[in-house]
Formats: sequence, structure tokens, C-alpha cells
Amino acid sequence: MAEDVVQETLIAAIKSPSYAEQSSPRTWLTGILKHKIIDMMRKNMREVVASDLMHDEDANMDEFFDEAGHWSEKPLAWDIPHDALEQKQFLAILQQCMEKLPAKLGTLFLMRDIHDTDNEEICKELDITSTNAWVMLYRARMGIRKCLEIHWIQA
Amino acid sequence: MLNCKQTSQLVSQSLDRRLSLQERFALRLHLLLCKYCKRFYQQFLAMRSGLQRMTQSIEEDTQLLMPSESKARIAKALESELN
Repeated sequence: MAEDVVQETLIAAIKSPSYAEQSSPRTWLTGILKHKIIDMMRKNMREVVASDLMHDEDANMDEFFDEAGHWSEKPLAWDIPHDALEQKQFLAILQQCMEKLPAKLGTLFLMRDIHDTDNEEICKELDITSTNAWVMLYRARMGIRKCLEIHWIQA
Repeated sequence: MLNCKQTSQLVSQSLDRRLSLQERFALRLHLLLCKYCKRFYQQFLAMRSGLQRMTQSIEEDTQLLMPSESKARIAKALESELN
């Protein structure tokens, strides 16, 4: 899959009329690559997003909060990673936690929090409202935080 | 006064949009008074900076990750595009 995107990017690049004029090929290619990645994600996501939002519009967070909106499981104190080794371990766990997210949340999370795609672009690409995006990102981040809490602190 | 659930939602949204003055004020006040939400907030920040480091290392590693068979396949595809 990654290979396909790289290939498509390079083909788009050599076919581009501005191919010879690029002063910074790396930046230019990265730009094309980002668009190709988003294209691919959009293809994978579009159908799922709409149906998923239908029954879960209001970010059902009952597992985290009681009816009055208080924490039902209070956030535990974490060791914030300090040295390089700890940071590496932290990132490894973070990555595993990301992989556990449901596919659509994971993709949205990847677009926003890893690739730093801006919200407007996400909404346009995925055909969802800003509110939808915020709700889904919130769920994704809450899930990852919970997963880190289990696997990072007790490591 | 915000409750913890609303606070957690605002913390998340603060990563995606600029909060209004009122929202920022309410958020600060709650974080000042509630040690669990303060913890939660700091954990979100740690996740965010971890993710930014991940992005950097992905970008730095790009050259190392592509196996040579893949490079060969891509080179072939490019050649046939050019011809």
C-alpha cells in the first residue's frame, strides 16, 4: 500500500509540467505525497464515516464519566517520559495504542494528529462537519489515552 | 462551571480549533481546581508532543524503510510510464 502511494506520487511528479522548475524537490514531492495519502484514505473511509456517525453522534463516553459528568475512573498519575529511552518506549506504546483504534477513527486520527492535516481539509475530504470531526477525534484521543494509561504506567 | 466531561471535550477541541475567550477562561478555572482534569490535560500534551516526535522520525526514516525490491519495482513502473 505504501509502495503504491510512493509510486503514484513519483508518476504524478514526472508527468507534472513544473517538474523541472522545482528548487526544492523534497518539499514538492512531500506535498504531492500528502495529497495521494489523503486520496487513498478518503477512498477507504467515505462509506464508513457516515454510517458510523449515525448511531454515535453524541460521543458516548459513558465508560469514562458518570451521569453528572464526573470521571468514573479518575485519570492516574503518569510518568511523563524524560530521557531518550523512555521516550522511545512511550512512542512504541503510543503506536500500538493507535493500531487498536477502530479503522475509521484511526485514519482520522492519523490525518489530524500525525499528518497535521487541517480540520477544514479533513471535513472537505471526508464530507463531514467540523462537529463530527471534533467528536470523532475526541473519541480517538480518549481511547488512546486510556490505552496508554493501561500499558504505559504499569510497564 | 464546567464538569469534567465538558472539560475533557474542550481540551480535545483546543487541539483542533481556537477556543473562545469564555471557553478558555472556563477551562483554565476548571483545571486550576480539579487535579484529575489537570492530569488529563498534561497527558494530552504529552501525547501530542509524542506524536509530533513520531511524525519527525517517520520523515527521517523514510529512506531507510523502503526495501530495495520495492525500489526496483517502482523504478520499473516509472520507466514504463516514461516510454
